[in-house]
Formats: sequence, structure tokens, C-alpha cells
Amino acid sequence: MMDFTEPVTWVASILGLVIALSGFLVVTSKNLIHAALGLVGALGATAGLFLVLSAEFVAWVLVLVYIGAVIVLFLFGIMITRAPVGYDVDLDNDRKLIAAIGAGSLFVLTSFAALDSFGDTPLLGLGEPTSTGDLADALLGRFVLPFEFVSFVLLAALVGGITVARKDATPLGEGTDE
Amino acid sequence: MTLGPVLVLAALLFSMGVYGVLARRNAVTVLLAVELMLNAVNINLVAFQSALQTSQGVGQIFAIFVITVAAAEVGIGLAIVLLIFRNRRSANLDDFATMKG
Amino acid sequence: MTNLFLALAAEGEELVEFGQGGQLHEWAWLILVAPFIAYILILAYGKKLKYEGGEIAVAMMAFVFGYGLLLWLDTIRNHTVFEKAIEIGRIGDGMVLEWGWVVDGLSSMMYFVVGTVGLLVFIYALGYMKGERRNTFFYASFSLFAGAMLVLVASANLAQLIVGWELVGVASYLLIGHYWEDKANSSAGMKAFFTNKVADVGLIIGALALSVSVGSFRIKDILDVATHHGDALGAPFFGSSVAVAGALLLFFGAMGKSAQFPLHIWLPDAMAGPTPVSALMHAATMVTAGIYLMARMFPLYQEMATAARPIMIAVGAATLFLTGLIALVQDDIKKVLAYSTVSQLGYMMVAIAAGGYTAAVFHLFTHAFFKALLFLGAGSVIHGVHSNNMSDMGGLRKYMPRTFWTFIIGSGALAGIIPLAGFFSKDEILGTLDYGGYTAVLWIAIAGAFVTAFYMTRAVALTFFGEYKGHGHPHESEGLMTVPLMVLAFFSVVAGFVNMPGFKFGESIVLRYTGFTEWLATRDFSPLGDHHPESLEWSLALYGTIAAVGGIALGWMFFGKDAATQQERDTVSIPVLYPLLRAKYYLDDIALALVGAIKGPVARFVDWTNTYVFDTIVNSFGFAAGRLGKFVYNVADQGVIDGVFNGSAGVASAAGGWLRKIQTGKIQQYAGALVVGAVALVVGFVLFNN
Repeated sequence: MMDFTEPVTWVASILGLVIALSGFLVVTSKNLIHAALGLVGALGATAGLFLVLSAEFVAWVLVLVYIGAVIVLFLFGIMITRAPVGYDVDLDNDRKLIAAIGAGSLFVLTSFAALDSFGDTPLLGLGEPTSTGDLADALLGRFVLPFEFVSFVLLAALVGGITVARKDATPLGEGTDE
Repeated sequence: MTLGPVLVLAALLFSMGVYGVLARRNAVTVLLAVELMLNAVNINLVAFQSALQTSQGVGQIFAIFVITVAAAEVGIGLAIVLLIFRNRRSANLDDFATMKG
Repeated sequence: MTNLFLALAAEGEELVEFGQGGQLHEWAWLILVAPFIAYILILAYGKKLKYEGGEIAVAMMAFVFGYGLLLWLDTIRNHTVFEKAIEIGRIGDGMVLEWGWVVDGLSSMMYFVVGTVGLLVFIYALGYMKGERRNTFFYASFSLFAGAMLVLVASANLAQLIVGWELVGVASYLLIGHYWEDKANSSAGMKAFFTNKVADVGLIIGALALSVSVGSFRIKDILDVATHHGDALGAPFFGSSVAVAGALLLFFGAMGKSAQFPLHIWLPDAMAGPTPVSALMHAATMVTAGIYLMARMFPLYQEMATAARPIMIAVGAATLFLTGLIALVQDDIKKVLAYSTVSQLGYMMVAIAAGGYTAAVFHLFTHAFFKALLFLGAGSVIHGVHSNNMSDMGGLRKYMPRTFWTFIIGSGALAGIIPLAGFFSKDEILGTLDYGGYTAVLWIAIAGAFVTAFYMTRAVALTFFGEYKGHGHPHESEGLMTVPLMVLAFFSVVAGFVNMPGFKFGESIVLRYTGFTEWLATRDFSPLGDHHPESLEWSLALYGTIAAVGGIALGWMFFGKDAATQQERDTVSIPVLYPLLRAKYYLDDIALALVGAIKGPVARFVDWTNTYVFDTIVNSFGFAAGRLGKFVYNVADQGVIDGVFNGSAGVASAAGGWLRKIQTGKIQQYAGALVVGAVALVVGFVLFNN
């Protein structure tokens, strides 16, 4: 299943280990900031994995959008909500055990199903770059309509986010036309 | 190298996200866990693209769409958390039980 | 919008063109784009202008009117059929998404109607909306409304039609709820939106069923298959063919937009919007969309989906008669007109279903003018007396002579008085029903004509005759409002002359002119094959006229004299039906009960179940147990048995309390339940798939 004579397998394994450990940190850390930094680690390693899987454009999008923007947003959210920066035993609720059992069984089942169906499918073209140009052609050709819609969704979500979160949250039009 | 280990990794990441969503008390950490789950999905998409070599890189394009939608989700989610925090002075999900029967 | 797609087209996308047209037709997309440009301009600059953006809207509408008129004149002269489509994307391998515009008899007639009525209503709005709130937003939404309708009318394929259809819905929601400070108004907007949404599901599924079966969204391709009875549409589908099922689903969509019984409930409530909105909505845009769709897809109903016709006829007949009756007991003048619109739409639907393409479109054409006139007249009255209720009016003919006379013309046209526009179109519908052999429906339609005349007489009598019962001093409206009224009155008189069947005296037929029928020819269909009588059928015309005059006479008998209180008189005049009509056949209550039962997230439903069902069960157990215990107590032993029963009641109550605890309101527990369910599903798949 895993041929450790190839260097690419080593790289992928190490990245996978980092992803798993950082993910574990995200959901178990008692410190909010550490959890967010764990997410950075997981995403960074994922970007590395994407490079191995010859998806360099997605990898850099992940770095730019997630690590560059989303995480900053999270850090701001953490600071603004004045969540306890530093260790806090209260971060988990009292349903940890049930949650762990549920998530564990989900993991066992999904990985079993995945291995059963696709376990032996070989990955092709590892470590080779795909042509980002092809991706651009598809994105602006065949997928131009979904692409526009998604960008519209993003715009609407951001406008909505600003509207929801701004301090003087009076309904639109009130007291402006009178 | 085969698809199997990558899929297991994604399943692990997804399950950890599920655990985080269920077990964390702070709304922001729940959002972080949701990001983990979305990231697991992205890994799956890119891995399948690599294995199946679909024309025009459909898997990668959907990964990009997922990233975009996730960014939108974070924006809205944090705005809502912010608003709730402003009204209730708390980001603890157990405090928001207005749907209690 | 089209600009974007033109830009795309310039980069090598495919342009598809049918028929020949000149530069005029090539550039017809301008009238689709103009309203959206106006929308943006009004939002950007409207506030700084004198009429708060109304000027831009009127200028845009004048452009649409002018261009529409040119197109229509050209169509009349050359019978041009032109269609152009720009490919904007593909779904799967075969299905092409296109953006296009059609210029043929049907669509250019609609451009003309939307342009004319729209222009007049927009001018009227300048006067009517002066000093109102949020005018800029109002004019912007108004432009959007007109633009959406034009997109719908121009669409060459079902996908674009759905886009226009939904845009109309959104714009109408914005406009109906314009005075949202009042809860009832925003609820009316919601109601319109949701009722239409229910029907839209039918439209979307129907459009997809037809398009996917044929392999193209293009209306032309679908109708080609339909006229040749192709196998693609003949395939079996839930017990009938795709054609019949698709046609019925499209009809269900049209039932929502064109307010057919029982989905008409949103239209009377839509009166909550400003009067110009009602006028435009009832005359040119929105409610005509459903009829337009039926007319556009007419070959389908004519050829392959004849099985759908009985249902359509039944719905149309029910609409035209039942809603006409409701109009009898309304006190709000706009609601009288609203129910009258619903009833007239029933006429159009009946005509389409009976195979009378020309009749239905002709009635749509004439109805647009006189219904716009009536609404604007009602708006002028409301503007004068500051009340919607006819019990606050009366005697207004002395104060508002121009409104009065134009309103009389509109009422006469609606009632079908010869030679006003409504007479000819209604006669054509009656002729179609007679020719098709639908005798029962024919008599319902004649009875409907009687009811129409009756309630319009009532409205006119209560509004303009008798003594003034309101407060303050009513006054005639300004020129910006009365001039459109007069222009519309002119159209209400002459619009019928474009399609006169001719009057037979002895051997000679005079005054026969059927130009309208020829103008309506589309690429897919020529209405010349329709049934067209050689001349006016005197018997039908006589029945129609007797019904109209009888309705007027009876209405005048009841309501001509000054009524003390409106409700008393209605109760006396319409004794048996009154409560039923007053409650509008209880349809709203039924709809509300339906919606109430299914709305809200599941959690809320479960919560409801907990509070009412479980608690009731628990309580009734406890109650029954308690009663039983008392009974035993009285009859037999006090000590042991009593205690047992009390205990059982306690247990039952505790069980109820425990069930209640499941509903913690904690989202994460709900999410946990979700995960458990998902895991169970995966287990199921893994177990049963191996």
C-alpha cells in the first residue's frame, strides 16, 4: 500500500502526520490561540500535501486565502469576543465522551468504506506540476457560470457579515428618507 | 503510492472536526473545527483528482469552490458570533438554548 | 446584463439566429437592458433629482414604449419573426444555456402593452407618489419589475423564462411590501412571494422535464417536437406522457403567477402595495405572465397535451365565476378590482384551454388597458379621499369629474358593453367556447359576465353616486394623474377595434377587421387556423349583452340608492352566499393551516409535538387516572388503590417531563444526533452493500 522506497511517500507521510497532529491540537487545545495556530499548521501541511498531489494552484490558494485571510479573521474573532487567551479548562463541554465515541465510529466506518472501495487506486503524476493554465481555462470556460455564482455568494456573504456585525445595526432605510 | 492512506487521513481529519463541533464549548472553536472538516473534503477532492485524472481538473476546481464557500461561511459565522456575543456577553454555545422545549 | 453576455459572445461564443430581421431587431435587446440600467442609475443618482428618480424611470419607460411601438409596427407590416440567442454555457454534453430575445407577433404585442401601460403608470406614479416614503427605492424596484417582465417576454428558451419569472416575483415582493412599517403589508409581500414560489416549483420541474426530454431549453425545439408528435415528449411519465405532465406542471406555474383558483389568494392581498404597482401588476406585468406562458407554449397544448385541457378549463371556469362572486362583498375598492382581475384571468385561461389562442391574447390585450385604467382611477379616488373603503366614498362624481368619466368607460369595457374594448374580446372568448362545444363553461362564462357587470355597478354606485360619507374635502387629482387616465380611457375604447368579427346585416358584412389575429402569428404557430367566425354571432353577443346589461340594471337597483351602511345592504342583497364570500371561501384559513402545520425547522415541530401532543397525552393520562382514582375512592377503597393511581399519574407525568428534556435547545446535542444518524446510515450501507 505504501512504498517507502520512494521519497515522495516519505514526504507525504510526514505531512500527513503533521496534519493529524495539528488537527488534534485544534480540537483538544485548552488555549484558543493555540487551537487557531493548530489550524494554521494543519492547513499549511495540507497545502504541502496538495503540492505532492500535483495541485499547486489549489495549494497556493489555500495558503493565501486560508492562512492569509481566514486565520486572521479567526484571530480577530477570538480577540473581539474576549475569549480567554491562555489556558481555560472550560473550553470543552460535558459531552466529550459521547462526541469522541461518535467521531471515532465515524472515522472507523468512513475509512473502512474508503479503503474498501478505493484503497488500491494508484495516485498518478505525483510531484509533477499540473498546468495552471488548464485550470484557468476550465474555470473561465466550462465553469464560468458556477464561478460567477460562487463569487456572488462570497460578495453577498461579506456584505451580510458586515451588515450583521456593524455596531449601529438599524434596519436599512430607517430614518434616512423621512 | 495509492489513494487509500490519503483517504484515511481525510477521514481522520473529518472525524476530528466532528469531535470538535460536538465537544467544544466556545463558538469560535466550533467554527475552527468546521474548517477542519471542510479541509478534509478538499483533501479528498484533490486526491481523487490525482487518482482519476478527470479532464479539466474538476476535482481541483471544486476544491477552489469549497475554499470560497468556506471563506464566506467564516465571514458570516464570525459576524453572527460577534453579534451574539455583543447581545449576550458570551460565546458559550450552551448559553444559547432558546430552543429549549 | 445582456452586455456581459455580448462581451462573452465577442470572444467567440456562438450566436444563433433564426428568421430575418433588420437592425431594429438586432438591437431589440436594448429594451431588456434599459430597465436594469435605469435601476442602477436611480439607485445611484435618484435622491438628488426632483422626482427622486422618477424621471429616469419615466425616460426609460418612454424608450421601451417607443422601441416597442416600432417593433410592433414592423411586425404588423412585415410579419417578421426574429430570434437571436447567445450561448453562455453548457450543461453536460448537449444542453445549451442561452440568452436571447424573440421578436414575433406575440412578444412584440407584449412589448407594446408593457411599454404603453408601463409608461402611463410611471407618469401617473410621479403624481401619486409625491411626498411618499422611499420613493427612490420605489422607482428602482418599479423599473426592475418592468425589466423582469420584459426579460420574461423576450425569452427564447425556458431557462431564461424562469429567470425573468423569478425576477418578477422578487420585484413584486419588494413593491407589495413597500410600506413595510405596517406588518400587514410586509406579510402581504411574503404571501405573494410564497404562493408564487409554490407554483414556481411546478414551472421549474415542468420546464426541466420538457427541456431534458427534448434535449434543449429552446422553446422552438420543444414546440417543434410537440407539433410533430415526437417520441421525446411521448415517453411515458407517471401514467401519462412527458408532454401532458410537463404541460400540467407549466400550467401549475401559471396558476400561481396568473392567480388561478385556488392559488389566487395572494393577489387581493397584493393590494397592500402602492396603487401604481397594483395597476402595473394587474394590467401588463406579473399576472399576464402565466397567460403569456400558456400562449407561448400553445402548440404543446394544442397538439400533444390535449389531455391537460379539461383540468385547465375546470380551473379557469372555477376562477372566473367564484372569484367574481367574492368581488361582490368587498368594501375596499382595490380589492373589488383585484378579484375582478382574477376573474378575468379565469376567462383568459378558459379561452386558452378551449383552443382559443387569439381570444385569450386579445382579452389580455384589451384587459391590460381597461384594468390599468380602473386601478389608476381607483388610485385617484383614494388619493382624493384618503381611504380605500367605499363606505367612506360616495357622491364623488361632482368632485372628481374626470376620474368619474374615465372610470365609467373602464367599467363599461370590463362589463363588456358594446362597442368598448371588453365587448369584442369577451365575445371572442364566448365564441371559442361555443365552437369548442363547451356549453356548460359557456354558460358559466355568461353568468360570470353578469356578475362582473353587477359588481362593477356596485363599485361605481358606491363610489361616485349618493352622498359623500367620508371626511375632509375630496378633490380632483392633478394633471400628471388624470392625463394617463384619459389616454387609457381612449385605449379602452379603441383597443377592441383591432379585431372586430364584423356585423352581418342581411348579406353584407360591415366593420370586419381581423388584423390582430394576423399580427399575433409567431414562428411556431399561426393563429389563422383558429376558429374565426365569419361575422359576429348575434345570439352569443345578445346573451353577453343581456348578461352585462342585466347585471348593471340589477346592480343599480340594489346599490343605486344611497345605502345606510354597506355591510347591511350586502347582507340583504346577497343573503345566502354572504358569509361564504365574506370569508373568501375560507381559502386563506386553509392555506394558513397548511403552512402552519409544515413551517419551521423540524426542531420546532418536535417541540410543538412535545408541548402539545406528549403533554396532552401525559396530562390526559394523569387526568384520566386522577378521575378514575377519585371514582374508585368514592366507590371502594380509599387507601391502597388510590395511592397506586396517584402513583401512576405521577409516573406518567415524570415520563412526560423526561421526554421534554430531550429538547435541550443545545445545538451541539442536535448535531450529535445528526452524526449518530449519519453513522447509522454508513453502517447500513456497509452492511447491506456487501
